[in-house]
Amino acid sequence: MPISLEVNGERVDAQVLPRLNLADFLREQLQLTGTHVGCEHGVCGACTVRVNGEIVRSCLMLAVQTHGASVQTIEGLSDSGEVADLQAAFRNRNALQCGFCTPGMLMAAQDLLQQQAEPNREQIREHLSGNYCRCTGYQAIIDAVETTARARGSRTA
Amino acid sequence: MKAAAFAYARATSVMNALELLGAHGDRAKVLSGGQSLMPAMNLRLISPELIIDIGELAELRGIAVSGSIIRIGALTRHVDLLKSPDIAAHAPLLTEAIAHVAHPAIRNRGTIGGSLAHADPASELPACMVALNATIIVRGQGGERRVAAEDFFKGIYETDLSAQELLISVELPVAGKNSRHFFHEFARRHGDYAIAGLAAQAIVEKDAFTDLRLVFFAVGDRPVLARAATNLVNVTITPPVLATASAALGEDLDPQDDQQASASMRRHLAKVLLARGASALLGRPDLNAGGRA
Repeated sequence: MPISLEVNGERVDAQVLPRLNLADFLREQLQLTGTHVGCEHGVCGACTVRVNGEIVRSCLMLAVQTHGASVQTIEGLSDSGEVADLQAAFRNRNALQCGFCTPGMLMAAQDLLQQQAEPNREQIREHLSGNYCRCTGYQAIIDAVETTARARGSRTA
Repeated sequence: MKAAAFAYARATSVMNALELLGAHGDRAKVLSGGQSLMPAMNLRLISPELIIDIGELAELRGIAVSGSIIRIGALTRHVDLLKSPDIAAHAPLLTEAIAHVAHPAIRNRGTIGGSLAHADPASELPACMVALNATIIVRGQGGERRVAAEDFFKGIYETDLSAQELLISVELPVAGKNSRHFFHEFARRHGDYAIAGLAAQAIVEKDAFTDLRLVFFAVGDRPVLARAATNLVNVTITPPVLATASAALGEDLDPQDDQQASASMRRHLAKVLLARGASALLGRPDLNAGGRA
């Protein structure tokens, strides 16, 4: 089926099979491999991307469903500098080790920080509860998100 | 895993969706938010021949309050319910329950119609519909049917919906001024499926229940409206009265063993929920002393 959508600000026209999910479309047809594929049933959060400004699981959405939509991946957020401070905080706080979950973590964390300027640790934990990390034990990730929230808060204050 | 191959049709109207369902019946599956259907397809638990995508049908979306009824379109997403001031004002049980439904990225796609048609006995919304005395509106090519939520859920992933029908909307009565609600679930992790949960809607007058709907979920093959609640209506609730209801609740429920919990653990948790619920609804901490069942 023909689809036409916007990915990281660029118009994309493609032919896809109905069964192709958005994660595989991004990775295999567009070579945007920052979106990771973990469990393929919506549990792990590694494939989190933005569709029309809202985070979704790209393994639970068909590519054909994104016809006419605007999709942003970790490559888009990273290249635009939108999450540069969050990425730096993840590095500084050792909030990643193998890095498999990190793109999804960054997408979910940035989504929270857009909705809530200064979330507490419990709120951070809850917002990231749908993203698995098998390396860090989560504390460092919560630290990094909290640090970024505070830094952004003091910049705008 | 990846889903098996299927044909795909983007429905252009409710009528068009019904024509497709009429022609393909149970060989087709309706795709709404896809947050239960897609995992099932990726795991190859189901392999429909045709996917009918109703995602573009704007007429199925939205929340409207008219008089004493709230109407929620089938395609209304969990995030829309969570953020709706109308739902918070008129059906606060739902606002509270939605926060327990999965995670933000799932709530941005999942829909109320999809959740109800899927009918997972461990999920929150079917139980809320029964607690709120909702009417579920389904349409087939022959016309519309209105089904009480209590009669809609038939078993694990089984509902009153036929393979040719589409769930259109739900209607809830607006919560009155003496109505109160309680929602709690036990889960291993926030957002996970419940091990046992309770959605309750009550009318409280002069410190007594004049109406009480206690709906337990994840403890049977469908949401269970507890008959034990009748022991608590129009009486002064004392610890012995509550103990009688708790014993009756044990008789009402027939939970299953699975890898999450044994049947006896589920029965125990349901009794804990009963005590907590009654205590919270009446504002009587003494009824839940020590949190024991």
